[in-house]
Amino acid sequence: MSARLHPRDRGGPAQPLLSVDGLVKHFPVKKGLGGKASLVRAVDGVDFTLMKGETLGIVGESGCGKSTTARLIMGLIERDRGELVFDGEPIGGRALPLRAFRRQAQMVFQDSYSSLNPRITVEGSIAFGPRVHGTPKRRAIEEARALLARVGLEPSRFAPRYPHELSGGQRQRVNIARALALNPRLVVLDEAVSALDKSVEAQVLNLLLDLKDEFDLTYLFISHDLNVVRFICDRVMVMYLGRVVEIGPADTVLGAPAHPYTEALLSSMPSLDPDARTETPPLAGDPPNPIDPPSGCRFHPRCRLVEPVCSVADPPLDPIANLHRVACLARQPDSGHSLAPAAVRTAA
Amino acid sequence: MSAPVQTLDAPLGADRTAAAVAPFAASRGFWGNVGRKLLRDPVAMAAAAVILAIIVVAIASPWIAPMDPYRGSMLRRLRPIGTPGYPLGSDELGRDMLSRLMMAGRLSLFMGVTPVIVAFVIGSGVGILAGFVGGWLNTILMRTIDVFFAFPSVLLAIALSGALGAGILNSIVSLTCVFVPQIARVAESVTTQIRSRDYVDAARLSGASALTIVRVQVLGNVLGPIFVYATSLISVSMILASGLSFLGLGVKPPEPEWGLMLNTLRTAIYVQPLVAALPGAAIFIVSISFNLFSDGLRSAMEVKE
Repeated sequence: MSARLHPRDRGGPAQPLLSVDGLVKHFPVKKGLGGKASLVRAVDGVDFTLMKGETLGIVGESGCGKSTTARLIMGLIERDRGELVFDGEPIGGRALPLRAFRRQAQMVFQDSYSSLNPRITVEGSIAFGPRVHGTPKRRAIEEARALLARVGLEPSRFAPRYPHELSGGQRQRVNIARALALNPRLVVLDEAVSALDKSVEAQVLNLLLDLKDEFDLTYLFISHDLNVVRFICDRVMVMYLGRVVEIGPADTVLGAPAHPYTEALLSSMPSLDPDARTETPPLAGDPPNPIDPPSGCRFHPRCRLVEPVCSVADPPLDPIANLHRVACLARQPDSGHSLAPAAVRTAA
Repeated sequence: MSAPVQTLDAPLGADRTAAAVAPFAASRGFWGNVGRKLLRDPVAMAAAAVILAIIVVAIASPWIAPMDPYRGSMLRRLRPIGTPGYPLGSDELGRDMLSRLMMAGRLSLFMGVTPVIVAFVIGSGVGILAGFVGGWLNTILMRTIDVFFAFPSVLLAIALSGALGAGILNSIVSLTCVFVPQIARVAESVTTQIRSRDYVDAARLSGASALTIVRVQVLGNVLGPIFVYATSLISVSMILASGLSFLGLGVKPPEPEWGLMLNTLRTAIYVQPLVAALPGAAIFIVSISFNLFSDGLRSAMEVKE
C-alpha cells in the first residue's frame, strides 16, 4: 500500500478516508391501489471504515445492498439515516458540502454501455467534469487525451470516437479515465470489471492497480466475483440482505471465513480441482425478501449452523480477531448458541 | 501490489489492434451519420423531394399559377379534368383548380406546420422538465396533461377553435393546444428513460448543475426522438387544420385552402367526383410524405449503444 500522503490529505494516515456509520436506506414500495406501502430494506445499518490507500472489497449476492451502499456514499441516492465522514469531515456538512466531496470521490459504473453518453465523443465525456469545474476547453481536452493514453488507449485514435465504436473493455477504460479526470482520492468501482470477459478483466484490474499507486487512490471495490476480490482487495466486507456479516483482511475472510454465509459463498465458487468439487449447492434458494427480512439473524433460514436462538437474537458485528469482525451468534461468546464457546476458542 | 501488472500486456495490445481494424476512418458527428443514412434511404428521400416540391410550388404560386385563383366564371363551372385552359378542371364557382390548389398549399402547409413547431418547443420544455425533475412536479404536470388526453384530438381542436372563434390564428392556437400534451408526453417518457442512465449519474458526480446536465447530456439524446414524433404529427396537424377549415372554423372563403376547398366542392361530388377529390388528394400526398420522411428519420437516428 502507498505510504505516501495525498497532497490533499488532512488527518494523516491513521485517520480513515471514509467512515460509514449506521447507513440506512429503505425504499418504499406500494402494493396496488390504496395498498399499504411496505419498505424494501436495501441497506439496513451498515458501518465500516475505509483506510487511506487501501482497497476494500464489498461482496455478496445480488440484491444484498452492495450497489445501493455505493450510491448512498456518492450521494446519488439520499440516505435515510447514517453518517458519512470523509477524512474527518462529515459529507454534506458545512466544511464539506456534497459538491466538494464529489471532487474527491468518483465512481466507475458496471454497465459500460449506459455509462457513456452515445452522443458525446470519448474525449468530450472525459473532459466534461473538468470543464464543469472551470477548466478551459482546450486544456480539458488535452488532459483528457493524456488520461486516455494513461489508461492504454491511444489518444489520436480513440479521443474523437463515439462510445458505440469501442469494445466493452475500451469503454471501461474510458470510464476509468473519466473518473480520474477530476483527480479524486476515492474511487468507487461498482462491479467495474464484472461485465468484461476474463482476459480484458485481467488487463483492467492491472490497470486499476497501477493507477492506484500512481494517483494515490483508495478503492471501494464492489464485486460478486471472489477471485477478483481476492486479487485486488486488501480487506473484504461481506454483505447479506442490507447488513454487513463479516469484514476483515482479504486473506483471512476469504481464507478462513468465520461467518457461515461467507463459507457458503466461497464453496459456491467452482474449484479447479475436480476432486474438490461439490455436488450439492452450498446455498439453497434465493435470498429472503428484503421487504420482510427474517427475524433475528437474517441468514438463519439458510444457515447450516442454525439453532433456535438464531431466529431470536440479532447478532452484532463483533471483533473475533484483530481487524476481523463477524456477525454470527455461533462465533459470539455467551450468545446461547451451542457452538459459541468453541468457536471463540478456535478464533482466538 | 503492482507486480503482476506487466504480465498481460500482450493481450492488451491485441485489444487495441482489434479497434484499429474497425472500419471507422474518421468519426463523423452524430448528425453527420444521420444525414448519410437518410441520403441512402430512397423512400425518405422521395418523400422529402415531394415535400420540398410542394413547398416550392406553394411559395411560388403567385408567379407560376396559370390563372388567378380568385377569379371565377359562372359559365365555366365544374369543368372536368383536362378541359383546355383548366388542366385540373374548375370548381363550383368556375375558378381554376390547379391555380387554387397551388395557392392553397401556402395556407395549408402554414397551418399544418406552425402548430407542430410551437407545440414542439412548448411540449419539449414541459416534458423534459417533468421527466428530469421527476417527483411531485412530474405528477402535477403529467396528470394535467392527461386531462387533455380525455378528449379525442379532433373534438378538442373543434371545441377550442369554436370557443376562440373562427380564424387562422385561433385555429393555430387550438391545434397547438392539441399537440402540446402529446409531444410533452413523449418528451417526458424519453427524458425519464435517459435520466436513469449511468452517464447522467456520472455527470451528477462530476458536480454539474442540473441545467448543464440537461443541456449537455440529456438534450442531445431526447430531442431526436421528440423531433421524429413531431414530424409525424405534421400530417395529423394538416388534416385537423383542413378539418377546421372544412367546418368553417379556420380559413374563410374565398381564401384557397385544401380543407375549405374540400368542403365547398363536396356538393359537386356527384357531378365532378374527380375534381372534388383533388384537395383531399393534396392533403393525402403531403401528409403521407411527412409520415414517410419521419419514418426514415426515425430509423436513421437509431443509435447503436
